Amino acid sequence: MPILEGEGVTKYFGGLAAVSSVDFSVYQGEVVGLIGPNGAGKTTLFNLISGALVPQSGAVKFKAENIAGLKPHRICKKGVARTFQSVKIFANMPALENTLLGALFGKPNNTAAADALREATELLEFVGLSAARATPAKDLTLANQKRLEVARALATKPELLLLDELMAGLNPTEVAQAMELVTRIRDRGITVFMIEHVMKAIMSVCDRIMVLHHGVKIAEGTPQEIATSKTVVEVYLGE
Amino acid sequence: MNITRVDFKKMWGPGLLLIILVLLATLSLHASTYTVILLTSILMYVVMTVSWVIFSAPTGYISLAPAAFFGVGIYTSAILGNKLPLPIVIFVGGLASFCLALLVGALTLRLKGIYFAMFTFGLVELIKHLLLWYEIKFTGTRGRFVIVVDNNTIYHVMLIILVALLLIAYLIRRSRFGLALQSIGENEDAAAHTGINVNALKTIAFAISAVFVGAAGAIMATRWTYIDPYIAFNPLFSFMPVLMAIFGGMRRFYGPILGAAIFAYLEEILITRFPYYYMLIFGTILVVTILYLPDGLIGLIQKVQRRISGGQHANT
Repeated sequence: MPILEGEGVTKYFGGLAAVSSVDFSVYQGEVVGLIGPNGAGKTTLFNLISGALVPQSGAVKFKAENIAGLKPHRICKKGVARTFQSVKIFANMPALENTLLGALFGKPNNTAAADALREATELLEFVGLSAARATPAKDLTLANQKRLEVARALATKPELLLLDELMAGLNPTEVAQAMELVTRIRDRGITVFMIEHVMKAIMSVCDRIMVLHHGVKIAEGTPQEIATSKTVVEVYLGE
Repeated sequence: MNITRVDFKKMWGPGLLLIILVLLATLSLHASTYTVILLTSILMYVVMTVSWVIFSAPTGYISLAPAAFFGVGIYTSAILGNKLPLPIVIFVGGLASFCLALLVGALTLRLKGIYFAMFTFGLVELIKHLLLWYEIKFTGTRGRFVIVVDNNTIYHVMLIILVALLLIAYLIRRSRFGLALQSIGENEDAAAHTGINVNALKTIAFAISAVFVGAAGAIMATRWTYIDPYIAFNPLFSFMPVLMAIFGGMRRFYGPILGAAIFAYLEEILITRFPYYYMLIFGTILVVTILYLPDGLIGLIQKVQRRISGGQHANT
């Protein structure tokens, strides 16, 4: 049974179908990629899963329970964490406090402050930000801000992590580090669903890839299948 | 070295505050009536400013509702003052403000930025005119008389309200609740996706910030003896806390306290010494503060400290 399942998920913005009856499933322990041209509805789909938006019709099931329409904080506590395409960090707070907030509030039951602090410290180390723990988040480089977002998301003890363009705007070294980070997250037993434009990354990290175009799912398969799919190539390069 | 500096600061603030509070508590034994009355209004402004800072400083939602909560407290006192003992009247004043804030907060805290500020200000006017209509239509008068309480009692009640408020404000600032409020101000979307129930938290903080303003209104009403909707719901009481907090600086806990105390004292001095130029001087001071002291008095103090310590903490 899939850990995350979408059935006919639909969202209109005015008359525009941003996401139109999309079915998808993500299985426990997988890394699933979500690609598509700009405006394809990828981030909208993530917003529908994480509760930032409510679908007009269809169901989003997390561990067989419909979470569509729940508030973001409820969904987070159920075990779905996310990062944002344009980083959304607590800019004036130190890196440690950013992560600490996830550990204090993101879990279904209350965490003692000392435990939360230990978890936050451990996660900063996991993403490689130990040295920056006291640095205000706004003073970090973009790559580090993105890692901080990952640490904050992981601090909520998710079973499913949604990564929205983790590698956008990073240089080749940073992309390689981010890819390695995704692998290590998977090794912790966390299922990853990621939007990505960096093809090299998505092809090597993902077990399975979904392609959205104009809000419709047009292809799904292993990286090899997607790379050789005629429809996908047409969408990206034109006929 | 850095650690000792922080420790020193941590001890210094509350210690000094404690000494000041003890001095204030015993003051009425030997001070003149004028001093007591002056201090009462200074304490009132400190209560209003610190209350405002509890909610608005961390979350960044500018509330112009203090006058509404203050007025609710005043009217509680006017209606119940001769029926119930004073402590209960004050408690009910705080409770009524709390309930109003809870209701208004639940309805409107989804509004962001300037819209929230405008709504809260509209609330003051709405209640004022509703009350005016009710009084003229049903009670046939515009104002009400409030029972008289002696100045020393008013002063001490205000001091107790202030101490309770400072304690709550300090605890909130240090707790996970305070951290969450701050994260809402930093990035509300991210806070919600980090598992923080942003609407509930904002509403509760808004309501807590209303309690003490309502209580302060309930006790202040007894000093004015006669009140009407225009006195009780004076918009000035919405703007003063904001100006005082900016004047003091919100980066440190004691900033708004200092700001409110000095600002209120300044107002009194200017009114009594320069009645004709009062508003002119007041306005000038305000403009200068906002232009040249973006972090308020606290920013100025820190700048001076940095000067004295010889550029040890120069920007890197």
